[in-house]
Amino acid sequence: MKIARKPGKLLILFSLLLAAPFTVRSFYSSANSLDTTDPHITQNTEEQEENINDLIMHHIADSHDFHILDWKDHSISIPLPVILYTKEGLVTFMSNAFHHDDHGRVVVEKGSQRFVKYHEKIYYASEKADSHGSFVNKGDDGAILNDKPIDISITKNVFSLFLTALLVVFIAFKSASNYKTNSRAPKGFASFIEPILVFIRDEIALQNIGEKYYERFVPYLITLFFFIWIANMLGLMPVFPGGANLSGNIAFTMSLALLTLILMIFNASGDFWKHTFWMPGVPVPMKLLLAPIELIGIFTKPFALMIRLFANMTAGHIVILSLIGLIFIFKSVAVAPASILLTLFIYLIKVFISLLQAYIFTLLSALFIGQTMATHEHDDHH
Amino acid sequence: MVGSIAAIGAGLAVLGVGLGIGRIGGSAMEAIARQPEASGKIQTAMLIAAAFIEGVGLFGIVAAILGNNPK
Amino acid sequence: MELVTPGFGLFIWTLITFLLLVFILGKFAWKPILNSVKEREKNIEEALYAAEKARQEMQNLTNENEKLLKEARSERDAILKEARELKEKILSDAKEAAKIQGEKLLSEARKQIENEKMAAINELKNQVASLSIEIAEKILQKELEDSKKHEEFASSIINKVMIN
Repeated sequence: MKIARKPGKLLILFSLLLAAPFTVRSFYSSANSLDTTDPHITQNTEEQEENINDLIMHHIADSHDFHILDWKDHSISIPLPVILYTKEGLVTFMSNAFHHDDHGRVVVEKGSQRFVKYHEKIYYASEKADSHGSFVNKGDDGAILNDKPIDISITKNVFSLFLTALLVVFIAFKSASNYKTNSRAPKGFASFIEPILVFIRDEIALQNIGEKYYERFVPYLITLFFFIWIANMLGLMPVFPGGANLSGNIAFTMSLALLTLILMIFNASGDFWKHTFWMPGVPVPMKLLLAPIELIGIFTKPFALMIRLFANMTAGHIVILSLIGLIFIFKSVAVAPASILLTLFIYLIKVFISLLQAYIFTLLSALFIGQTMATHEHDDHH
Repeated sequence: MVGSIAAIGAGLAVLGVGLGIGRIGGSAMEAIARQPEASGKIQTAMLIAAAFIEGVGLFGIVAAILGNNPK
Repeated sequence: MELVTPGFGLFIWTLITFLLLVFILGKFAWKPILNSVKEREKNIEEALYAAEKARQEMQNLTNENEKLLKEARSERDAILKEARELKEKILSDAKEAAKIQGEKLLSEARKQIENEKMAAINELKNQVASLSIEIAEKILQKELEDSKKHEEFASSIINKVMIN
């Protein structure tokens, strides 16, 4: 009986956690629209869907403060430092200076400069507010005309990034400390980490890069693997320290893919460049045709890496949030069990995908690096 | 209207992915049936191939989402 | 479009953080771990090799022992065989000698017996001859006294002789 009750409790806890992003704000809005005494909120579900869509997009996007939950129209969130590189140098202040405003209505003045936040982007404020009280100028197509300072704030994603880094450092040093005193089989934490390291070394680096050079790439590949894995898992965590869509942010995946690209280019063999720009064994017109294709091929590989991780994680978040959102779209508690079960299912798949995507990113990085480093010893076959 | 077309696009992307992953799964099953002792290796290869295809499908879905949110 | 526009801030922070992470962990965590793993692998390899070698040596030693034992056994066998042969020889020699000796003794004895026999026969011959002569003498004496008495006498003598 005890055992049978435990998963049920866990499930309830889990679904509460899942519903956390929607908490009170969305609940209130759906409750309001059920309230038939209010004449103009009985409109239709169109707006409701729009709300949920916005909510999901808001959730996937980066944010300047770490929103924890809404409580009775009052937003509880952790302010994060805003760091701007402006025309007059670096400017820093805490994000709560904007008072949760995201529509350019609150102006922060620092020195001679004035800033507003509009849809999580920071602009130089206009002189005067428009009819909505917003200090941004919009063009006819809705595009914002204000200048932007270079924003290197510690946003929610950057915070999550640091947390990921800290966790990876913790994992690494925790397992490394085991080896200082113990030269026999690993114990405790290290015995969990070591097989992963050995797997990355033997099955990923050695297999794809080759015996001669693989060792210099092993630290990079291991760090890459743990970094992506932890970032993915933190992104799956529905509550505070996690929950940021870090590995589903294209800037994150782009910088990792860029590093792989740099490693590919800087370690490429002369043979590789020869095969890229002047493919031996084919007629000259064909060579001219192949060169740009091969050149683009170098860039599409890391580009695909970038998109794959980004799309996988973002799509996962969207699917999970949409499934939960079904409850609010149908405005019925009856949908909840099905919705929660489906979400649970997707969640478990996502846990697996977190690992798989980290593995694939690492594997393909090693593969691409290995490809550019390879020297062809069978030129006569071309 | 934009939303509906985007949804159709996402659906088409998923159709292709479904076919692809189905083929991989089927072939993997056949391979495992033929060589049960190599099932571990086949599963790994299957998962990797499936992840590739899934990635392509996700490109399509992301494109559809972007189409849905033109801003 | 916002979704696929990389933000500069996160991009640069990721780059910095990740590079630092690769550098620090590569130097202070992964490298020591991998080194000690390698060391351990080497140790295991060596230990296995040493064990194999020890086993080989043991095998060699056993083989040698076996060989020595075999040699010793064959030597013992040879010695035993030799001894047996020697014994046999001595025995046969002794037998031979005994036989010759015996034969010699026998032939001597036989010769002596022959001689004795010859002597006895000669004696007997002589005695028969002297007895015959005596008998003839007596018969002749009686014959000469009485023919009847001769006869009686002769038969009585013969009877006597016969009793003798």
